[in-house]
Amino acid sequence: MPHIDLPEGYPGISAGFNFRPETAKPMRELAHVLLHQPNSLTPGERELIAALVSSRNNCHFCQASHGAAATSHLGDGSVVEKVKADFASAPVSEKMKALLGIAGKVQQDGKLVTAADVEAARKQGATDIEIHDTVLIAAAFCMYNRYVDGLGTVQPLDPEMYAQMGKHLAEHGYREPSIKQPAAAGANGR
Amino acid sequence: MPHIALPSDLPGIRGAMAFRPETARPLNALVEVLLTGPSTLSRGERELIATYVSSRNCTHYCHSIHGAIAAAHLGGNEALVKQVKADFLQADVSPKLKALLTIAGKVQQDGKLVTTADVEAARKLGATDIEIHDTVLIAAAFCMYNRYVDGLGTEQPDDEALYRERGKRVARDGYVTVSEEYLASHAGR
Repeated sequence: MPHIDLPEGYPGISAGFNFRPETAKPMRELAHVLLHQPNSLTPGERELIAALVSSRNNCHFCQASHGAAATSHLGDGSVVEKVKADFASAPVSEKMKALLGIAGKVQQDGKLVTAADVEAARKQGATDIEIHDTVLIAAAFCMYNRYVDGLGTVQPLDPEMYAQMGKHLAEHGYREPSIKQPAAAGANGR
Repeated sequence: MPHIALPSDLPGIRGAMAFRPETARPLNALVEVLLTGPSTLSRGERELIATYVSSRNCTHYCHSIHGAIAAAHLGGNEALVKQVKADFLQADVSPKLKALLTIAGKVQQDGKLVTTADVEAARKLGATDIEIHDTVLIAAAFCMYNRYVDGLGTEQPDDEALYRERGKRVARDGYVTVSEEYLASHAGR
């Protein structure tokens, strides 16, 4: 049960977005720029950062939806699982491993990021913009995750719902809602 | 020393914002709606929530500037701001705001810590659904802003007078307006 009277039939963050469109707009725009707009990190790589941070924050809705978006971009669901379990041994580039290390520190506390962490990422080819965006993606998911959990939103378990959502996010980004119609009562219950 | 090449004349989040205007715009738009937009919580109350969360996250720049903005909204009452940071239960704020600060403090740690009882307690003291929503989102958003400022290793000056003056300015003109200046001054670099 959500803590406040959120619109029924909307899972996770979409309930918060429908409840308060004024704050939804900049939150959608931020996610769109960070995760979807062209960048030297691929959308799949950026979704992996979002999925790792959401997993570390133990936010089911966010890790499942961004994991699904990453899978849709990468075409291989095992990568997401490996990144969440132990990114150091996952099949991603050395640069991504360094960036995921920075993201993991930001998830705990931004002050944990050291000059050595940043140097290591740079040695693997990371640019200043990539380091900036990694820090901000990790920080932003510390917001989205707390928002989704702090309102007590409904977070369905059905993997098929997340697969469809991930496909929509991967194709269309974040400016437009991926869920336009509320689900029938009970269809997405916990 | 910042971890990346941020403009050296802009401390805290402003350097990061000028570095990447594409993300600065939605970041400023969000804080503008949350802290200055129409609300039944006063601007001073909302800035106190932002200050409290930033203080819990130990982000010097954010708790200093939002503390200064809060004081500017609260008739210059810096002692009240300090008391909220130190122990809000003893502060001279409404029981409703204390209940909302309790929720904000839980969101700062983990959103899942917020209980039905916390929300009921706030509601009994007159908090509306929108006020509870905005409290959760202000707390969540400052967990982002704080990590952004700290994670890039931005310059965070100690000089209280600097924050006091800037705080008055932001309290008067709002976030988007003041951001247009530093974004414009660094455009195209």
